[in-house]
Amino acid sequence: MSRRARQAVFGTGAAVLAVLFALAAAGLPPFGGDQHPYRDRAVAAALHQATANVVASLTFDLRGLDTLGEEMILLGSVVGAVALLRPRPDEKPHADDKTSRPQQDAVALISYVFLPLTLLLGFDLLVHGHLTPGGGFQGGVVLATGLHLLYLSGGYDALRRLRPLAWYEWVEGLTTAAFALAGTANLVNFLPHGRVQQLFSAGTVPILNILVGFAVGAGAVVLLAQFLTQAITLEGEG
Amino acid sequence: MNAALIAVSLLLVAAAGTAVVATNDPGRQAVSLSALGVALALLFFVLQAPDVALSQIAVGTALVPLMVLLAVRKTGK
Amino acid sequence: MRILAYGVAGWLILAGAYGMVRSRNLVHVTVCLSVAQSGTYVLLLAIGYQWGAPAPVFSPGSPIKLPVVDSVVQSLAFTDIVVSATVTALLLALAIQIHKTHRTLDPDELQSLKG
Repeated sequence: MSRRARQAVFGTGAAVLAVLFALAAAGLPPFGGDQHPYRDRAVAAALHQATANVVASLTFDLRGLDTLGEEMILLGSVVGAVALLRPRPDEKPHADDKTSRPQQDAVALISYVFLPLTLLLGFDLLVHGHLTPGGGFQGGVVLATGLHLLYLSGGYDALRRLRPLAWYEWVEGLTTAAFALAGTANLVNFLPHGRVQQLFSAGTVPILNILVGFAVGAGAVVLLAQFLTQAITLEGEG
Repeated sequence: MNAALIAVSLLLVAAAGTAVVATNDPGRQAVSLSALGVALALLFFVLQAPDVALSQIAVGTALVPLMVLLAVRKTGK
Repeated sequence: MRILAYGVAGWLILAGAYGMVRSRNLVHVTVCLSVAQSGTYVLLLAIGYQWGAPAPVFSPGSPIKLPVVDSVVQSLAFTDIVVSATVTALLLALAIQIHKTHRTLDPDELQSLKG
């Protein structure tokens, strides 16, 4: 199909979609209205389970099975990316390692200062996910991206030395398995709920939060490692 | 006050999204995608969704643009 | 405000789709897809907003005050963002692999390669 024909087809489809979307939006409740029946039930359930962060209660308690599926999607995409990005036989690591060039002092210093701060923030998001905004997914991604500040401060070699990739693969697999086990063995929030707004409250939510945090963090590290290897160390036909 | 803030952040998101689509070079897109991520996170904060805003900042402004940049570096040679 | 909020959501979806149609690079397609998907976050959160209501997080030290904005759609949008990131990662990996095999990322050239 030529580009012109493709754009004409798209234009027709987009116009129809726009009209249907406008009609559907006109039937939606007004923006900012006070009719949210699901919200009312979800907030009541969250308070019953002593979970201060209603979104965390929804994600890890009421919609726990959805989140299990989400975890599996994440695992599947990590495995898929690792399989797709395996170095091919004709790809060899660079002979001259131009990536270990010394970094600029200011960048290195700022990265060294921010590395522990970022890791601390990540753990804080993880541990307090049931009390304050944050949780396993955000904390895990912050931990994973924070770790890559090492690349800015010490270069790719420092990152590679301090990042034994096999460990992260194990952590990813084990925590995902633990999450699946926790999810399927006990489909209810079985731990004592405690009192709302306390650190030890919300039953299984904080445990699942921490498991997800490590799974997501390790998954993101493994994923980024594949892309980094492709972009930086491999040469060859690609 | 609230309405004005929401309207401004909505327009900001629309403008940033249009900019990302209008950028042809994928390498530059990584930057504008990051800007869209910040605009979206701002909108989510204004709409009282701090959890969603945090994950948007972590994922949308750091992780995804980084992967795009690395993919561009690999395929652009 | 209703037209603006739902309009921006629809605009992002259509703009992203248009970007995919006119794209000449598979990485560009992937980025445009994530723009289209961000329209769904805006739509979800716009449905859940309530004027004057605080966030659905009762942080320690603050009294529990109702009503809050709709937390169900926030949880959905949250899942949406994570899934979007994993899809993007997988598509980028595919793009790298296609580039290795065919030396190009232009969809038109890839089509003519098939013969």
